[in-house]
Amino acid sequence: MSEGTTPVEVDARVEDGSANGGALLELRDLRVDFRTGGRHVRAVDRLSYAISAGRTLALIGESGSGKTVSSRAVMGLLPPTATVSGSIRFEGQELVGLSDRQMRRLRGAGIAMVFQDPSRSLNPTMRVGAQVIEAVRTHSGLDRGAARRRAVELLTLVRLPLPEQRYHEYPHQLSGGMRQRVVVAIALASNPRLLIADEATTALDVTTQAQIMELLRDLQRQFGMALIMISHDLGLAASFADEVVVMYAGRAVEQAPTHTLFAHVRMPYTKALLEAIPRVERPPHARLPVVPGRPPDLAALPPGCPFEPRCPNRQDLCRESDPPLSEGEPGHRWACWFPCGQEGAE
Amino acid sequence: MTGNGSEPLLEARNVVQEFVVRGHGGVKGGVVQAVSDVSLDVRAGETLGIVGETGSGKSTLARSLLQAPRPKSGSVTLRGTELVGLRGRALLEARRSMQMVFQDPFGSLDPKWRVQDIVEEPLIAYGVGSREERRTRVREVLDRVGLDADVFARRRPRQLSGGQAQRVAIARALTLDPALIICDEAVSSLDVLIQAQVLNLFEQLRDELGLSYLFIAHDLALVKQVSDRVAVMYLGKLAEIGPAEALYREPLHPYTVALLASIPSPDPTAPKTEADKAISGDPPSPIDPPSGCRFRTRCPRAQERCAVEEPPLRELRTEHAVACHFPVERSANGR
Repeated sequence: MSEGTTPVEVDARVEDGSANGGALLELRDLRVDFRTGGRHVRAVDRLSYAISAGRTLALIGESGSGKTVSSRAVMGLLPPTATVSGSIRFEGQELVGLSDRQMRRLRGAGIAMVFQDPSRSLNPTMRVGAQVIEAVRTHSGLDRGAARRRAVELLTLVRLPLPEQRYHEYPHQLSGGMRQRVVVAIALASNPRLLIADEATTALDVTTQAQIMELLRDLQRQFGMALIMISHDLGLAASFADEVVVMYAGRAVEQAPTHTLFAHVRMPYTKALLEAIPRVERPPHARLPVVPGRPPDLAALPPGCPFEPRCPNRQDLCRESDPPLSEGEPGHRWACWFPCGQEGAE
Repeated sequence: MTGNGSEPLLEARNVVQEFVVRGHGGVKGGVVQAVSDVSLDVRAGETLGIVGETGSGKSTLARSLLQAPRPKSGSVTLRGTELVGLRGRALLEARRSMQMVFQDPFGSLDPKWRVQDIVEEPLIAYGVGSREERRTRVREVLDRVGLDADVFARRRPRQLSGGQAQRVAIARALTLDPALIICDEAVSSLDVLIQAQVLNLFEQLRDELGLSYLFIAHDLALVKQVSDRVAVMYLGKLAEIGPAEALYREPLHPYTVALLASIPSPDPTAPKTEADKAISGDPPSPIDPPSGCRFRTRCPRAQERCAVEEPPLRELRTEHAVACHFPVERSANGR
């Protein structure tokens, strides 16, 4: 085996995607490297997925798993210290290698993103309506009057209560849920074909979270948008996603249609995530099944499987060799030498 | 409500907390009724969970119990000592057995201090032990929370992960050997696997030290897992309080029903959130709460009486009380 400094050799490279002619967005072997102060960090490694119009894909993982960085690569929103390689195709056009200006045009027109903290996405000194108008006018040649009408229309569309009145208010006068609705309205101003929601409901109350997720789902149905939801919450993915990609240490470690994945979780990491979700069914004071430790330092990855030090299924092979992501069952990929439920006796 | 089970460690009676908000730039000013007439007990060795949306007053209640700031009216007794009205040294001594752990560990740890100084600080503040004894105690509590003192004692907060920083905050809360720890969203900002580790730590400390917790969180499933009893707050008032199992299995308040219906299920084959059970909109402003029942503006069961008459908290089942004129009596809830 190599010393594990730079990429580990992969023998069983997954070839796929060709069947997915209708993909709106297709990532192939995406890599994102950061080089700062002599440290080399591969934040995203060999990530491949495809998403079609009207579908929802969930990117699931802990902090530092690469889910946000990979989406920022799609948006062209990475700092200059990042190097992106591999392929990102949006409506057939290759995005890797585009100039900032080309990216900006495309970003506004085709892809929009909603972030976790709505108060940081909004300008606190500008009235809500003016911020939506700004977004509308950036993406269209509408005059002031038409843009204003469009802005109210968008605020109505996202079901902001009393849109005509809220239009004149400042972000701090709105609740967290209402602010997130405004952020969604701004994202919709460009009529995006793809919406990336980065932990868009994490900071919200459960009731508000349910409302915002319903809203996103309705908007998606109405406009046929594709939705990528980035979350640490497998429970949310189970409820809303068509397909799930579980990420760990920059790579996809399990990937499948939602029903397939939850019917037979194969990767021990996914299983750990699933078991750690708080559940109403558990009796009070029940101990949670936990995996020890925390995610590895991306600048010093071990040569084998990155989850090996924490994995309950680990064996010698896992320390020596990095398991490739391969299709173990139709439509279901995992990166594990000793997957769950396949040890012989079920 | 007293007299049941073990004796209360902490008793709160009719606690009221209000804040005056001044109007700026067209914002309506007024008095925010953050906590309105809340009474509850935390018994020795039990965990009482508090759930509610943002602005329900759960954090303000916790701070009022700690007298930071002191409640406008009401009574808070800790092991029989009345805290309301105490000042300075007397207050400090009286609430020594009640410690708090906050949501953001990095916000509550001084970035310039080393871990050992952070954990030792409460001992110095209370003048406990010699320097030697204090250092021994620091190692002891670091060990309790699963941190190797040789590795972590000399680190500063920025050299810690989120989970480690929260363990340090817990260690600091433990140094004075408290009876009650108030956890305000103490695991909410942690990744799910780290969250599970810290939750298990709380349970382990409960077993080993006989601690009581007041466990505040917006995540209902999480609160259920750790709590013996759960209180549901809405706009500064208790909507419902009862044994965790009973309250989640057969919630009596329509608000509790709605909260439970909003939890996403980690099972894709489970029925989706039912629109008829979920509630719409945001809570009204606590500056100008609705007349009568505060939940009535969002309540699917609201009738005229709810606008006129405020429902008192009444015990409908054993230890299970609800503030609602038309409680959900059947066990017709999906969960």
